[in-house]
Amino acid sequence: MATAKPTASSRLLPAPIGAAMVILLIAPLILSDFRLGLLAKYLTYAIVALGLDLLWGYTGMLSLGHGVFFGLGAYCAGMYLKLEATRATGEAMPDFMVWSGLKALPAFWEPFGSPAFAVMMAILVPATLASILGYLACRSRIKDVYFSLITQAVALIIPILLIGQQGYTGGTNGVTNFGTLFGASLKERPTQIVLYLATVLVLALSFVLSRWVVRSRFGRLLVAVRDDEQRVRFLGYNLTAVKVGVYALSAALAGVAGMMFVPQVGIISPAMLGIVPSVEMVVWVAVGGRGTLIGPIIGAIVVSAAKSTLSESFPDTWQYLLGALFVAVVIWFPQGLTGLRISHVIGRSTGRTADRDLADATHGTSTGKERQL
Amino acid sequence: MSERGDTTPMGSPVSDERTGMTRKRMLGLVAGIAGTGILAACGGEAAPAAKAEPTKAPAGAAPTTAPAASAATKAPEPTKAPATAPTTAGAAGSDTIKIGILHSLSGTMAISEKSVRDATLLAIEEINKAGGVLKKKLEPVIEDGASDWPTFAEKSKKLIQSDKVAVVFGCWTSASRKAVLPVFESLKGLLFYPVQYEGLEASPNIFYTGAAPNQQIVPAIEYLIKEGKKKVFLLGSDYVFPRTANEIIKLQLAAQGATLAGEEYTPLGHTEYSTVITKILGAKPDVVFSTLNGDSNVAFFKQLKDAGNTPDKIQTLSVSVAEEEVRGIGPANMAGHLASWNYYQTTDTPANKKFVEAYKAKFGADRVTDDPIEAGYFGVYLWAKAVEKAGSTDVDKVKEAAKGITFDAPGGTVTINGKNQHVSKTVRIGKVRADGLFDEVWNSGKPVEPDPFLETYSWAASLKKR
Repeated sequence: MATAKPTASSRLLPAPIGAAMVILLIAPLILSDFRLGLLAKYLTYAIVALGLDLLWGYTGMLSLGHGVFFGLGAYCAGMYLKLEATRATGEAMPDFMVWSGLKALPAFWEPFGSPAFAVMMAILVPATLASILGYLACRSRIKDVYFSLITQAVALIIPILLIGQQGYTGGTNGVTNFGTLFGASLKERPTQIVLYLATVLVLALSFVLSRWVVRSRFGRLLVAVRDDEQRVRFLGYNLTAVKVGVYALSAALAGVAGMMFVPQVGIISPAMLGIVPSVEMVVWVAVGGRGTLIGPIIGAIVVSAAKSTLSESFPDTWQYLLGALFVAVVIWFPQGLTGLRISHVIGRSTGRTADRDLADATHGTSTGKERQL
Repeated sequence: MSERGDTTPMGSPVSDERTGMTRKRMLGLVAGIAGTGILAACGGEAAPAAKAEPTKAPAGAAPTTAPAASAATKAPEPTKAPATAPTTAGAAGSDTIKIGILHSLSGTMAISEKSVRDATLLAIEEINKAGGVLKKKLEPVIEDGASDWPTFAEKSKKLIQSDKVAVVFGCWTSASRKAVLPVFESLKGLLFYPVQYEGLEASPNIFYTGAAPNQQIVPAIEYLIKEGKKKVFLLGSDYVFPRTANEIIKLQLAAQGATLAGEEYTPLGHTEYSTVITKILGAKPDVVFSTLNGDSNVAFFKQLKDAGNTPDKIQTLSVSVAEEEVRGIGPANMAGHLASWNYYQTTDTPANKKFVEAYKAKFGADRVTDDPIEAGYFGVYLWAKAVEKAGSTDVDKVKEAAKGITFDAPGGTVTINGKNQHVSKTVRIGKVRADGLFDEVWNSGKPVEPDPFLETYSWAASLKKR
């Protein structure tokens, strides 16, 4: 089945993806400011989910701390936006530094006045942190659930650090109250549309990059690591390089997503780096279908959209409804939404396979791994 | 690297009938989920991206089975507001005025913010009973900020842009207010903020009905110094309000001849206070000035009592503990300690008698009222009076009309200061009783003018330069 699946998916995917792209591109013509802003936010989440899937779905390394990388990218962008907003008002340093009793702009903030530097840092800071963590974990041969625990610990620590350093980071409030991006007012619709389209472009590029990675030799190596790490090691591959590489790539994608998130949402706070958002990111991938590239994108959009809608419609009970949705997905679709879709479409054409797939999906925790595309 | 796993499904003896069932059930569920996604994406507006629609589920499979499906189909219907008028996402009828309520109904802040939401709904109900505003009924649209600042920003955008509400009543933490401030300013919305805070802010799009520092913190320190408690230990949760409040207090202590015995911050939600209490007992202060927020108070006061401290040894004065929180802490753990507010449930005014009765009648005899609840209540009245005076809900006109508007609130007369959009209100120091309510031990006698930037205090000069 593992050999049959990729061909099936490559035949099936392009048309829906093309259609999705068209829909995403015409969305600004249809949606109101508010809904377009929400969609843009979901798309930044989709970028994170894509990166997380490379790590978890393909390589089998479950990160419960991806909010940290997303947040670091977001903070880098937020620092630039905050400095631009501060410059516009003619003040020496951001408001929160003043009320935290700082006398001058900290040296590490200075270079973030340059957008190019901020963009570079939004990618490099998460990637570097992931490389260091990944290297330390691999060196000590920490893997599986222990790796997850370490990533979760990071998601616990970093927000405390950010909250404690109020003068440098804005504390619990985070960084907010931005005005302009490259001189264009963030509240104007044209700016929003440009940012939205940029997000669509970044998502598309991330998808192409991820697709290229998983189809490359490196990508096959990732799957091999997931399925039998020892065998890969004995075959003479440098396991550390593979794992650190994919972790850094995944973190960089999260950082880019965070960078796109901030100007559109208008705030980044330490809570976004915490455990709850990090686990939510895992939920997107799980709901969409890990080990497929399109799955996490769908998962991130569907789950986030459900969250927005349910909380708008049922402000008192939405969390129960959302929880019920997750439980339902875990119970009935261990493969995620895309797992079902593919089974269903195949079922149309070849009947018998579909039944087997479903039998797998419902029963087969043992065969679950092999089925990931 | 060929990963030719042995993947033939080995022995999955599932009968055809059973598989069929499962498939149908699964399809129903996925249809439900996809439906939710689609609804979310369009949210009652123009149909956008059917990007969440990769599933071509056979019609008929959807409705019966999955709970998610029914949730999804219900989504576009009017929201059920828990208390008063029904809310709707649809068009505003010309005979109603939509107003937003934005509080955390889930997450750590929910316990405090739900009561404020209730008070706001009570005021709306009373105003509607009395004929509404401009002869129109008020129609609340309730959103959940979920104790998460970006969510507050998102929901405030929704209220202003999609629901086009005339005004929003909401927020509790300073962080949530800071998060929505740029939204209200850029979209020209109007927010009534009901909680005491650290000051140093005066947005043209926000009315602050809670206390500014000079209406709570500064008089509290003055009171303590007057009582001879000159050695002060500062204890706070680690976020912007305690840190900024303590910056102010430290300047004040230095200027008024008092001393700082120590300063400690713990993360929000922290519950292990033995180290901090050891430090406090070691520093031997006259009083602990506490800006702890939320559940930490429960742990702190219980552990302080267990450490053998009584209010006559080291007293505490809290600025984030009101009647609602005392209920959670347990009156026995807090009796004899102090708090500083502008209102207590026991405040003796005719308006308060009426307010407490109405609140208990509506939400239950076991409920208590407190300062933010009162501020959330009278804020609606202030806004309604301003709208009547302006003859319109237009934000600029309401702001202009609001200058000098007064109202006999439960805590005493409040008046909107046109310059900084805060309200003048009476300062009251209270002592916790055995039943969890407060006895007032001091008050300012008359309403104190709001001074969010502490411009009238010479010792605060270094704060003003901003």
